[in-house]
Amino acid sequence: MNVNQQTPMASPYGQPQPGYGQPSYAPLGGGYPAPYAPYNGPASAYQPGAPPQGPARGPPTSGPPPVSAPQPYSQYSQGDMQNGPPTMTQAPPRPAVSQPYNPGGVNLSGPHPSYPQQYGAPPTMQQVTNQMTGMQITSGPPTPAGPGYVPPHSSQPPINAPYSAAPPPSYTQAPPPAPSAPTQPPPPSEPAPPQQYYGGPPPSQQPFASSAPPTSQQPFTSSAPPPPAQQTFPPSSFSGPVPPPSQAPAPPMSQPQQSFPPTQPHFSSAPPPVSQPAYTSGPPPPAQGSFPPRAPPPSSQPGPFPPSGPPPTSAPAGQYPGPMPPQPQPQPPPPSAQPSPYHSGPPPPRAQMPPTSMAQTNHLPPGPQGPPGPPGPLQQPPPQPGMQGGYPPQQNGAFGQVRGPQPGYAGPYPGQSNYGAPAPAPAPAPPAQKRLDPDAIPSPQASDLPAVQKSRHRIDPDAIPSPIQVIEDDKAKSTEPFTTGVRGQAPPLVTTNFQVKDQGNASPRFIRCTAYNMPCTSDMAKQSQVPLAAVIKPLATLPPDETPPYLVDHGEGGPIRCNRCKAYMCPYMQFIEGGRRFQCGFCSCVTEVPPHYFQHLDHTGKRVDCYDRPELSLGSYEFLATVDYCKNNKLPQPPAFIFLIDVSYNAVKSGMVSIVCQELKTLLDYLPRENPDVDSVVRVGFVTYNKVLHFYNVKSSLAQPQMLVVSDVSDMFVPLLDGFLVNVNESRMVIESLLDQIPEMFADTRETETVFGPVIQAGLEALKAADCAGKLFIFHTSLPIAEAPGKLKNREDKKLIGTDKEKSLFQPQVGFYGSLAKECVAQGCCVDLFLFPNQYVDVATLGVVPVSTGGSIYKYTYFQAQTDRERFLNDLRRNVQKKVGFDAVMRVRTSTGIRATDFFGSFYMSNTTDVELAGLDCDKTITVEFRHDDKLSEETGALMQCAVLYTSCSGQRRLRIHNMAVNCCSQLADLYRNCETDTIINFFSKYAFRSVLTSPTKTVRDSLVNQCAQILACYRKNCASPSSAGQLILPECMKLLPVYLNCVLKSDVLLPGADVSLDDRAYLRQLISCMDVTESHVFFYPRLLPLMKLEGDALPVAVRDSEERLSKGGVYLLETGLHLFLWVGANAQQELLINVFGTPSFSQIDPNMTSLPVLDNPFSQRLREIIDSFRAQRSRYMKLMVVKQEDKAELIFRHFLVEDKSASGGASYVDFLCHMHKEIRQLLS
Amino acid sequence: MATFPEYIAQNEERDGVRFSWNVWPSSRLEATRMVVPVAALFTPLKERPDLPPIQYEPVLCSRATCRAVLNPLCQVDYRAKLWACNFCYQRNQFPPTYAGISEVNQPAELLPQFSTIEYVVQRGPQMPLMPLVFLYVVDTCMEDEDLQALKESLQMSLSLLPPTALVGLITFGRMVQVHELGCEGISKSYVFRGTKDLSAKQLQEMLGLTKPSASQGRGPQAAQPPLSNRFLQPVQKIDMNLTDLLGELQRDPWPVTQGKRPLRSLGVAMSIAVGLLECTFPNTGARIMTFVGGPATQGPGMVVGDELKTPIRSWHDIEKDNAKFMKKATKHYEALAGRASSNGHIIDIYACALDQTGLLEMKCCANHTGGYMVMADSFNTSLFKQTFQRVFTKDVQGSFKMAFAATLEIKTSREIKVSGAIGPCVSLNAKGPCVSENEIGTGGTCQWKVCGLDPSTTLALYFEVVNQHNAPIPQGGRGAVQFVTQYQHASGQRRIRVTTTARNWADAQTQIQSIAASFDQEAAAILMARLAVYRAETEEGPDVLRWLDRQLIRLFMFHLRRSPFLQVFNNSPDESSYYRHQFNRQDLTQALIMIQPVLYAYSFNGPPEPVLLDSSSILPDRILLMDTFFQILIYHGETVSQWRKAGYQEMPEYENFRHLLQAPVDDAQELLHTRFPMPRYIDTEHGGSQARFLLSKVNPSQTHNNMYAWGQESGAPILTDDVSLQVFMDHLKKLAVSSAA
Repeated sequence: MNVNQQTPMASPYGQPQPGYGQPSYAPLGGGYPAPYAPYNGPASAYQPGAPPQGPARGPPTSGPPPVSAPQPYSQYSQGDMQNGPPTMTQAPPRPAVSQPYNPGGVNLSGPHPSYPQQYGAPPTMQQVTNQMTGMQITSGPPTPAGPGYVPPHSSQPPINAPYSAAPPPSYTQAPPPAPSAPTQPPPPSEPAPPQQYYGGPPPSQQPFASSAPPTSQQPFTSSAPPPPAQQTFPPSSFSGPVPPPSQAPAPPMSQPQQSFPPTQPHFSSAPPPVSQPAYTSGPPPPAQGSFPPRAPPPSSQPGPFPPSGPPPTSAPAGQYPGPMPPQPQPQPPPPSAQPSPYHSGPPPPRAQMPPTSMAQTNHLPPGPQGPPGPPGPLQQPPPQPGMQGGYPPQQNGAFGQVRGPQPGYAGPYPGQSNYGAPAPAPAPAPPAQKRLDPDAIPSPQASDLPAVQKSRHRIDPDAIPSPIQVIEDDKAKSTEPFTTGVRGQAPPLVTTNFQVKDQGNASPRFIRCTAYNMPCTSDMAKQSQVPLAAVIKPLATLPPDETPPYLVDHGEGGPIRCNRCKAYMCPYMQFIEGGRRFQCGFCSCVTEVPPHYFQHLDHTGKRVDCYDRPELSLGSYEFLATVDYCKNNKLPQPPAFIFLIDVSYNAVKSGMVSIVCQELKTLLDYLPRENPDVDSVVRVGFVTYNKVLHFYNVKSSLAQPQMLVVSDVSDMFVPLLDGFLVNVNESRMVIESLLDQIPEMFADTRETETVFGPVIQAGLEALKAADCAGKLFIFHTSLPIAEAPGKLKNREDKKLIGTDKEKSLFQPQVGFYGSLAKECVAQGCCVDLFLFPNQYVDVATLGVVPVSTGGSIYKYTYFQAQTDRERFLNDLRRNVQKKVGFDAVMRVRTSTGIRATDFFGSFYMSNTTDVELAGLDCDKTITVEFRHDDKLSEETGALMQCAVLYTSCSGQRRLRIHNMAVNCCSQLADLYRNCETDTIINFFSKYAFRSVLTSPTKTVRDSLVNQCAQILACYRKNCASPSSAGQLILPECMKLLPVYLNCVLKSDVLLPGADVSLDDRAYLRQLISCMDVTESHVFFYPRLLPLMKLEGDALPVAVRDSEERLSKGGVYLLETGLHLFLWVGANAQQELLINVFGTPSFSQIDPNMTSLPVLDNPFSQRLREIIDSFRAQRSRYMKLMVVKQEDKAELIFRHFLVEDKSASGGASYVDFLCHMHKEIRQLLS
Repeated sequence: MATFPEYIAQNEERDGVRFSWNVWPSSRLEATRMVVPVAALFTPLKERPDLPPIQYEPVLCSRATCRAVLNPLCQVDYRAKLWACNFCYQRNQFPPTYAGISEVNQPAELLPQFSTIEYVVQRGPQMPLMPLVFLYVVDTCMEDEDLQALKESLQMSLSLLPPTALVGLITFGRMVQVHELGCEGISKSYVFRGTKDLSAKQLQEMLGLTKPSASQGRGPQAAQPPLSNRFLQPVQKIDMNLTDLLGELQRDPWPVTQGKRPLRSLGVAMSIAVGLLECTFPNTGARIMTFVGGPATQGPGMVVGDELKTPIRSWHDIEKDNAKFMKKATKHYEALAGRASSNGHIIDIYACALDQTGLLEMKCCANHTGGYMVMADSFNTSLFKQTFQRVFTKDVQGSFKMAFAATLEIKTSREIKVSGAIGPCVSLNAKGPCVSENEIGTGGTCQWKVCGLDPSTTLALYFEVVNQHNAPIPQGGRGAVQFVTQYQHASGQRRIRVTTTARNWADAQTQIQSIAASFDQEAAAILMARLAVYRAETEEGPDVLRWLDRQLIRLFMFHLRRSPFLQVFNNSPDESSYYRHQFNRQDLTQALIMIQPVLYAYSFNGPPEPVLLDSSSILPDRILLMDTFFQILIYHGETVSQWRKAGYQEMPEYENFRHLLQAPVDDAQELLHTRFPMPRYIDTEHGGSQARFLLSKVNPSQTHNNMYAWGQESGAPILTDDVSLQVFMDHLKKLAVSSAA
């Protein structure tokens, strides 16, 4: 969104400040282009051919689009930039954005920073460029383009480099890969983007003349520069504009720097001039074409921008040159390469593309950038607009701000600074620079860029939006703590480390929303198809530097609540009548304030004690529940943990039994407790079983444990009460004796059959008998075929895969476990299942109870004590020790107008509103979907309150409250500007994975693609309309939607490979259902780290999940949250191998090792640290697999290179993007 | 010829048989007119220390429907080596081993003094001696004190068992636990819920007792079933283990909320015990010894709910059909009794509680299997402890005085058939030529299963003379009855005891005198009493009561009418069941005491003397000793009591008083030591609350209604509305006259 906004901005800027716009574009373009790229790419590429045409088309198409685009954009980011004036008005809505803007408020300084952030978009710029390149690639033109570009570059090294080359490289490769990847990608990307831009722009450009083209180019150029330091780029982009001022210096820089924003400014400036020449040459026109569209915006914004305009123009010029070259080449390819879709699309798209790209990616970036760039010049103008716009937002933000001092915002919102930037433009510059500085500073980038450019020839993928780029950009802009006080402000990405300050809304660690600007009406929501959902992790663990929710005690009367809707006291309650009553923010009902809670109001209408009471000032807090909130009106007993261990032949033989018993002896000292100084009050019990159950009496008074065998499994019961659940410390001797003897007792067992249903029943009955809630730890090995309730048969039938009956494989085989789960939930019996299967165990059925009771399933297929021990034990330890609540009920209340309608996760629901969780631990996430049942108002926004009533591990009944307010918007553009793709993907995956229970997977996949296409088409139609239908335009906030969605579609659940067992699929399906955004993100898009150099404390920048990114000479670490691979290239340097493995020979590396040798060298130490830190971040321990290149294990590894074609038929990223584009176009036509 | 009393005593001494008539009327018609049927009290294991068992097997009549055993009444052709069966007249060849038989070289079974003879069945080498099996079924829902006493008794009992005997332990409370014996380290038990009955097959699977055959393929199948398993192991092997296990037994840990009875799964526990033995040791002697501390309150066999506010059923409830659990529970226990008896297993019930425990419902378990039923107030009483100890009494050979899995078969002459039996037995439904169509007691068969026998176990057998009036029996003809009892001796041997007895026929019209003279009034009284008790127990409705009254009155059985066997007033259903149980299995002497308690008087006037069981016997200067079989009561008359309180017995000059006080105590001790089950010992005095036991037994010749009318000052008036013997007799006379008319 931001991006888009920015783009618009850009456009304005672009026009006025082509350079800015361009810069932004460039980055954006990079990002956007990517999407476009493919399309545009082709298009553009084609256009290139068309260049001439391009111009023609460009102008017209571009012309309109720009305008439209600008507007929407302007509203968004533009508000700040070009639209500044108009945007200003829009700005308010942006508030969400405004927050960032607000910071902007803080702005002056912030503004620039904000820009950078927006420029974050810049990265997009890069992406755009990448996309561009991608486009080319796809089209095939890339190569040609590449070359072509190269030449151009070469020819006009400075110009080209800065513009085209620079952007792409910087973007895609710029960050980490920059060096290697950049080289290749850059060229193509550059070409592509340029082409696109050019193609489109040229015509329009004309009008804009220099300015327009420049803008377009600028985006590119800027992008180009940004690419290198995209993060920086944003700034760079800005800088781009800025550069103009410094153009003089820049020029030199620019070329090389392209990548560097900071440089850009300068360079941009420099380039512009150059570019201009280029443009003049002709190519520019096309580029301009793209700009043209912007031009319109410019027109609108011209006023403000004009000043900037000039600089941009210069920049554009520079850019143009760059683009120019590519264009020619691209054009040819497009026709041939990107077939009709593209072609058809391309041509028009091109025109549009540019604009769109500009608009979306570029626009935003441009906007921001533009401003930044222009800052100097623009600033003044922008300031006013920006100020207006920016401030309003701030005001909106005011909420937040009010609470959080502006400074805070400023700080936290560096992003805002962007917005603010406009206003503060002058000041902003510095912040931008700051960011830029770091990145920008790397003047080397400039140097890199060239290199990059050189290397990049064929790389098209770099032109499409790069997740890595987005992630890195977000990291770069999130340097300040994130304060939650501002409504509608999207938090940093899950991949970013940031600190949260609770100022009235729940931390994103607790709640993440798909959209922070909800449509006001259901029509809008339906139109956009953007899911409205919140991903809630009620008991999330906070980092040590953040305060856990405070515990509030409202006394015997219990928490104060609204009389009607029963919402709990929260910051949204408005006190009236001098504090004697309060009005509910959810249902507007007025409730008396109980005397003991009365407090006077200050002059602003706030309670005097507002800041003394967490429930009045914070987003998350806890209430102490009274007896009224307890089952049977009785205070709960402390919970119990029951360990149920399979002791059948397989379990004993695999070593599982002895490992568990051995581990439990120490693990029992770490049962969860609230006060670390006090012993845990959790009681424990032990059961072993095969086809009968053995309970153990471990009463402290016994000398030896007693075994009680229950063989009547058809009608399970608990044979003893006293002595089964015991306090660990009191019965330590007996327990240890028991754990010592269990492995011995069953060492010679020949029993292979097991039961399962009765095992759960046993635990359940035990908890019932003890009248407490608790958790069952079941360690199970095989399909329960022994005669007993819940007996299963082997139904694994691969022939069903792909048929309409496939869904039945995900459904439980028998209804028994469903009703059992219900009973478990009623008792607060949470079931955690550890599976050690050697063959099919029917996870789909066995998992019913764990999934319904808030439990977890762990699966260790072909468990071997030696290799899997660590993984299992770490999982077990973590599971046992983690904070957990029992017997929980969660309810989400919302303000009138929306309603929580659907829930996803591990829980049970007996009615439509209450989510019942027998157990709720700190990793469990519930995704809630909202739907309109009325109109929402922009004034009040949409409020939601998630209340979780649970029993803590010390047996205390509590209510945890999370409040969340989001903005409401009447403009679709606002919606698209404030979305979070990671969260959307989280929702989509859960939705899809649930749908496979009822629909064939093909249908599920198709509907996902369809919905996604609708979302993008809607955006295209309503927020980026000016461009031609053939152009792929992605909202900034969603530019990764296609790549992530593709990952979901390719997942084992939806598109299984031949080697994926049914159990694995069922396992993953259930696993995803309760994942939070962080986990789902890395699960679908694994993190791939190059390990060639490990310096300092910072992690190397990840590379994209594609085989192309792997260097034969390198070593890479890939993590998915479940798996951890260390990929070793066949030509890895000896030194590297010695450092890591202690052997210089590739062939001597043992592929079976599960942990790296402990070597006394910094590299090894650091690597192991990294691995440890990865493991610490995830809720499950990842076993390390060493994969040698060209080893057969590499097949498994490749499965996780999600941008590539998968063996099971999943499309590559590029292909999918093309497909998506086609879908969108179909929708649009 | 000796007098009839001598003859009777001699027969009883030698064969353990007492007939109601010792000369039998020769036709059905005449027999019917006699009112008291031809019947016998038979004590199969009558102690015969003088009778050495014969180490070979009996010779049987070759007729398939007869199979009578060669006996002294058979005619033998020594030359042809043939013998004629005296029941079916079949001529049989002697087996080869009898080749050397002659008039002077007769086998023991042909000698008249061996009318009762015992054979030891020889077994092949592959058939080892059957071990004795003792399965303890222990209630854990009781006070710690009681449980402790019980645990000690059980531990003690282990030392009394032969080392090879197999023991097992099942405990129950809310759950039923079958303990695995002999495991090291962790003690194991299999637990079953107390609300669900299990079939033997289910149980077998759940306990993992499927025979090795189930897992075929691992070498040759074991030729014989293992003689022990995890749950039943030789005492010598798990002595210590089991002692510890018993020592660690805890009171049932499930909480009992106020106002509730503990949940006691007695029904299922017994079912599991029966099932366990059923699938491991069918047709092998085994005792299930059940120790019950209260009524079953859940599951099959429950006799009362767990709400304390609902009292356990009384006779009143039963009459009003208000005992909702009774029928179901009875059915459950009857089924168990059936299963146990068909496998030859004994169920003993030791019920120790202040309230009822459901003996009424469970009585069949003991009654049908020949098990013991013992009722006491607490396990911590000498009544229980000593009774239990006495179960393991040994005879001179060191064998337990108990026999297992016995079957009793009866062969009769053609003129007489067997109508049925009353006693601790069940029918084996063996039809045969000697089975009468008229059933009395357990009839319709000539074979009964008696799972548990001890030397005093006595069955009442009823016969019917079927000879038609127009088919006179030749003069001098004798009717013969042969009792064949096969059983497992406590030593593990299989033995067969054969008693063959014969009585003369007499024509009632011509020889009524001799028939009358042969009447055994004691035996007849008991036989009729058993019949009465049997009908009272098994039949319902006013008809039975009327029949009873008519019969009893005609039989002049005043005390029987007042006895707890028929009179349920003032007795709980459990008590009635208990009394009837004992009455149905004890021998004649004991049974007589039960009906008409004996009363001895001790005074300075002379040596102890039996006195009338009459209120007039209660005098102030007497000490009375009453033996009702179930109670031994010493009653100090008013004066004696005052003396005793004054402490005269402590003074040397009143040593005679001390002796007087001591004498009945000594006599009582003697009785206490010999009787099984041990009676309740009561020492009371005039005006003492426990004196009610005495007052309720004596004939109320003086009551509050007539004490002044009679004008006598002696004796103690009894506060009762019951008629006195005098009134009863007066009425009887009237009836006798009128009925004769």
